[in-house]
Amino acid sequence: MFASCADPSILSGLHWLACYLTTAKHISFYSSFGTVLLLLALAAPAALLLGFAGALADRSQNWLLALLGRAYIAMVRGVPDIVFFLFVPIALDQAVEYIRNILFCDERAASVWQGNDFVVCAAAKMPLSSAAPFVHTLWGFVLALTAFAIVFGAFAGNVLAGAMRAVPRAQLETGAAYGMTDRQVFRHILLPQMWIYALPGLSNLWMILVKATPLLFLLGVQDIVYWARELGGSKTSAYAYPHPDWRVWYFSGLLVFYLLLTFVSERVFGLLMTRLGRGQALQGARQQGALGGVL
Amino acid sequence: MSCLASLSDYGLRAVGVGERLLPKADISLCEQFVLIGSGLIWNIYFGVLAVALGFGFSILLALGRASQQGLVRRLCGGFIFLFRGSPLFIQFFFAYEAFVLLPKIGVELDFGLFVLSAETRWLTKAWAGALLVLFCNTSAYTAEIFYGALKAVPSGDMEAARAYGMTGWQRFRHIIFPSMLRLAWPAYTNEVIFLFHATTLVFFSGFPAWRQSGDALYYASYFADKTFNPFIPYPIVAFYFILLTLLIIGLFGLAGRWLNRHLPQAVRPRYRFRLNLLR
Repeated sequence: MFASCADPSILSGLHWLACYLTTAKHISFYSSFGTVLLLLALAAPAALLLGFAGALADRSQNWLLALLGRAYIAMVRGVPDIVFFLFVPIALDQAVEYIRNILFCDERAASVWQGNDFVVCAAAKMPLSSAAPFVHTLWGFVLALTAFAIVFGAFAGNVLAGAMRAVPRAQLETGAAYGMTDRQVFRHILLPQMWIYALPGLSNLWMILVKATPLLFLLGVQDIVYWARELGGSKTSAYAYPHPDWRVWYFSGLLVFYLLLTFVSERVFGLLMTRLGRGQALQGARQQGALGGVL
Repeated sequence: MSCLASLSDYGLRAVGVGERLLPKADISLCEQFVLIGSGLIWNIYFGVLAVALGFGFSILLALGRASQQGLVRRLCGGFIFLFRGSPLFIQFFFAYEAFVLLPKIGVELDFGLFVLSAETRWLTKAWAGALLVLFCNTSAYTAEIFYGALKAVPSGDMEAARAYGMTGWQRFRHIIFPSMLRLAWPAYTNEVIFLFHATTLVFFSGFPAWRQSGDALYYASYFADKTFNPFIPYPIVAFYFILLTLLIIGLFGLAGRWLNRHLPQAVRPRYRFRLNLLR
């Protein structure tokens, strides 16, 4: 990075540390914090959208749609989320390759699962083996993002379905008595009012999402956990900057990062709740926030 | 190989009894079912012990957080914040690395005749180290629930107790504690469910699976790696965990009924799925 860092072996003290902390690998480490924040920024709206769709399907008159919606938002209740995080990316990857196998392959194997392998022809690989490394990284990230969106969509579906149920029935019936159609009641009465009931749940969800981001590591993305392990491991004198096992320091750094993130989020949601709750009689919503806390 | 054979080979594989080598080729459905089921022993071990031990500690933490003494309150609040504010995954990693370093950083006690340094080595094993982390983690989450319930104990009850001349301990024993437990029970049920779910993280976060003795998810991902087919092992794990979750809801429902036995049916708080407790 700096010209004075050219020969690390003659450096000492703070100067050594400054040079050490600005190596190319450390820059990758710092930018992986950006990866985490990017994932949060993309996964939160995607999950909200999926959750909204799930909650709508749950209320649907169509029994098939209602069943699908109910199954989707109920799936996270009994099964650990990590199972989904391991399952969804690989299943999705195989589904895409399976479809491409049917579309692009001239000679197809009898079955894609043969013993210890998943067999598709070279043209069906996703991404193609000739693609740039960047594409592989991006595809990995997209798979991880999809897994997050699906799992957290199910959580959000639970929150939003609960919030829709929490809007007082009398309000909806009043709307109907004024001659509104179901659609109008939904659009003008239910939708504007449900958010205040959903906010405590959604703020919890945000905290859960923040605390689930290190699971990116399990999905093969080079995230902060990956770099912390990589950089912290003891380095022999074969390396430019030899040091003993420093992983515990790197992980304490991550710990502080997450504590700060949740602390700031909690404050922001607290402010938001007071602001949105102004002038509303919301014993239920407030209690939900008090018992169990926002964090 | 018949199903009975795989049951005797792999039924207790997760605790090191039975066949040493895991199935490698021609993996049958039975083997997957049995081995993943045997991994569940670890999930239950972690879950049951962490919940049982964490229950007592969390009550102390909750009382400490509600304490009049500034220092006690801050310490307990800090502990709760530390474990609730950071991801369990990172806590596992951090704890493992810290436990690995422990014997090297002068915890060695020289008694002249023998040196007590290997004593911390067992903390690097999952059965102890991960259990310690899970214990602290669930204690913090449960303490927050109990603290909320503590604040929700009706003040009229307290005034009545004081009017009867009850001492502090008597008030706690007969008024605060039962009410707190009763109010917190549905949320606590939820916490226990998610703790059991969280035990699946142990073998993916630093703690090595010694001699390939892992939990249910460890074996499921092993099978998914070996067969390249995720559509069989993961649904099996899901199946086991749904059973486990139903069992917990059933048991805690019974306990909740017992806690509320003096109340009329209609006003008893019921278990509702809540989200705020995933780590």
